[in-house]
Amino acid sequence: MHLSLSNTKIKIAFTLVLFALMLAAPMFLSEFRLSLLGKFLAYAIIAMGLDLIWGYTGILSLGHGVYFGLGAYCMAMHLKLVASHGELPDFMSWSGIEKLPAFWLPFQSPAAAILLAILVPMAVAFLLGYLTFRNRIKGSFFSILSQALVIITVTLFVGQQGYTGGTNGLTNFDSFLGLSMSEPSTKLMFYYITAFVVIATLILCQWLASSRLGKILVAVRDAENRVRFIGYNPVTYKVFIYCFSAGLAGLAGILFVLQEGIVSPAQMGIVPSIEMVLWVAIGGRATIFGAILGAVITNAAKTSFSEAYPEWWPIILGAMFIVVVLFLPKGIVGTCKELAEKRGWFQGKTRSPLQASSQARVTLDNDTNPAVTK
Amino acid sequence: MGLLLLQLFNGISLSSILLLIALGLAITFGLMNVINMAHGEFIMIGAYMAYTIQQLFQKFVPASAFGWYFILSIGVAFAVAFAIGWLLEVTLIRFLYGRPLDSLLATWGVSLVLQQLARQIFGAPNVAVKAPEWLEGGLVLSEDLTLPYKRLFIIGLVVVCIVIIYLYQYHSRGGRNMQAVMQNRGMASCLGISTRRVDAQAFAFGSGMAGIAGCALTLVGPIGPSIGTYYIVDAFMVVVLGGIGKIIGTVAGALGIGVLNTAFEYTTSATLGKVIVFTLIIAFLQWKPSGLVTTRSRALD
Repeated sequence: MHLSLSNTKIKIAFTLVLFALMLAAPMFLSEFRLSLLGKFLAYAIIAMGLDLIWGYTGILSLGHGVYFGLGAYCMAMHLKLVASHGELPDFMSWSGIEKLPAFWLPFQSPAAAILLAILVPMAVAFLLGYLTFRNRIKGSFFSILSQALVIITVTLFVGQQGYTGGTNGLTNFDSFLGLSMSEPSTKLMFYYITAFVVIATLILCQWLASSRLGKILVAVRDAENRVRFIGYNPVTYKVFIYCFSAGLAGLAGILFVLQEGIVSPAQMGIVPSIEMVLWVAIGGRATIFGAILGAVITNAAKTSFSEAYPEWWPIILGAMFIVVVLFLPKGIVGTCKELAEKRGWFQGKTRSPLQASSQARVTLDNDTNPAVTK
Repeated sequence: MGLLLLQLFNGISLSSILLLIALGLAITFGLMNVINMAHGEFIMIGAYMAYTIQQLFQKFVPASAFGWYFILSIGVAFAVAFAIGWLLEVTLIRFLYGRPLDSLLATWGVSLVLQQLARQIFGAPNVAVKAPEWLEGGLVLSEDLTLPYKRLFIIGLVVVCIVIIYLYQYHSRGGRNMQAVMQNRGMASCLGISTRRVDAQAFAFGSGMAGIAGCALTLVGPIGPSIGTYYIVDAFMVVVLGGIGKIIGTVAGALGIGVLNTAFEYTTSATLGKVIVFTLIIAFLQWKPSGLVTTRSRALD
C-alpha cells in the first residue's frame, strides 16, 4: 500500500477519529470503565499543556500537580459549600473553626469557582515563572524549583487542616448546579463535557503550535540566546506559555473533581506531578496527539497493572521512565511518524520539530555549552 | 539564651546532614550537568547498610564489640553506595550526557525501582537502628543546654568529609583532573585526561557520600524505603542556593537552609516555615540567579 498524505490532512483526520471514538465510547464501555476514561481524558488536558511547555518550549515543569490540584481544590470548595447547605463544612467544625474563612466566600458562586480554578493556578505559575525566567535560571534549576513548589504546597495543604481538609482533602459532594452527582445521567454529561473540552483544547493547542508563537517557542527551546539576539524577549513567551499550561491543568482539575468526587493532597504530590511528565514522554514530545495518547495509555496501564500486581507497579513505572528516555526519546507518536516517513507515506512538510532540533542541537550545544565557552 | 543556642545547634545539625547529601549532588551536577534524582536512594542504601551490619553484629559478634559496628557501617555504606553509583553511571548515566532533563527523568525511574526493591527486601515499615552506647547521652553545657553526642558526631563526620573532599579536589591528581574537566571539558580531554573515567569516579564518589549521609541519618531517627525523598528536594535547594563549582558555596547554602528552616519552623510552624524559606530562596535568586558562590565565567548560559 502506498499512502501519500500531507501533515494537515493527517491531523484533521486524527482529530475527527479521536472525536468519533470519544463520542462512541459510552456505547461500548461499562459505567465504571467510562468514568475511568473520563478521568484519563481530564489528565490528557494536563498532558497537552505540559507538552506545550516541555515538548515545544523545552521547560520541564515538575510542578504541574500543584496547578492541577489548585484547580481541583477551587472546584471542590464550591461543591463542598453546596453539600454543606449553608452550614459550615464538616471538617472545619472538627478543627474548631467557627466562621467560614474569607477566602472561601467567593466559592459560593459556581461561576466564580470555575473562573478561580483557572486563574489561581495561572497566578501561581506567573509568579514562579516570571521570577525565575526573568533571571535566566537554567532548565534543570527551574525543574528543581518547581518541584520544591510541590513540596511546600502539599505541606501547606496538609498542615492547614481547618482551611483545606488536611490529608483527607475535600469529599462528600452531592450536587453541582442542582444536578445530583451520583446520577448516571449526570456522570455521562460530565464525560461528554470532558470529551468536548479535550477536542477544544486539542484544536487550540494545535493552532498555537503551528502559529508564529509556536515557532518562537521551538526557537526558544533550541537556541534561547539567538532568539534574544534577534530581538524577541524569550521571557514573555516562556511566562505566557507556562501560565497557559497551568491554566489548562486547572481546567483539568475542575473536570477531574466533578467526576472523581474527591480531591486530596496526595493527588498533587511529587509522584503524580512527575508521572504527568511521563505521559508526555511516552506519547511523544512536541506532538499534541502524543500527549493525549500517552495520558490515556499510561493511565490505562497503571489501572490494570496496579489492580493485578500492586507491588510491581512502581518498578514497571520506573522501568518505563528509563526505557522511554533511553530507547524511545520521541515517544509513540514520534516513532510512528518516523517509520511512516521512512516508508514515504508523507509528502510536503514531514519533519517534526523535535527531529529538526535533535540535529540542530549537535551544533548548537557547542556554542551554548558553558563547559566549552568558559 | 540556652534555648536560642539549642535552636542554632539544631539548625547546624540539620545543615550538616543536608551538606553531606548536597556535596555529591553538587559534584555530579557541576561536572556532568546531570541531575541525579536517585541520589536520595543512595541515602536509603547507606541507611539500610547500617541496619544490616547492626543485625549481623547482634547475631555473630559478642556484645562487647557491638559499639564498633557503626564505624564499620560508615565504611561499608560508602563502599556499597560507591559501587552501585559506579554501576549506574556505566549502565545508564553515560548515555544521557548533554540531556539534563532526560537524565532527571531516567534517574527518577531508577529511584522508583530502588525504593520498591528496598520495600520488598526490608519490608515497607520503618526500622530503627540502635545507636552504639558511646553515642548515647550528651554534652551538658548548662542546665538548659545539652548537646546530644549523636548530633555532635554527625557534625564532626561532616567536617571530616569536607576536609577529605577539599584535600582530594585541590591537592590530589584525581581531584585536579576533576576540576579541569569541570572547567573545560574539551581542553581537559585534549590534555590526556580520561573524561569518561573522571565522570564515572565523580558520580560514584557522590553516591558514596550519600551512603555516608544515610548512615548518619540512622542516628537521627527510624529509616524506611522512602527516607531519601524527605531530604532530596532540600538538598537540591542547597545546590541551587549555593551555586555550582566550589565546595564553599555548598557549605554556605546548607548552613543557610538548615539554620533558616529550623529558625522559622520554631518561630512559626513546621508548614509555614518551609513556605517562608522557599519564598526567601526565590527572592534571593532574584539578586543572585546562579547562587551564592560560582566560578567566574564569560559564558552566556
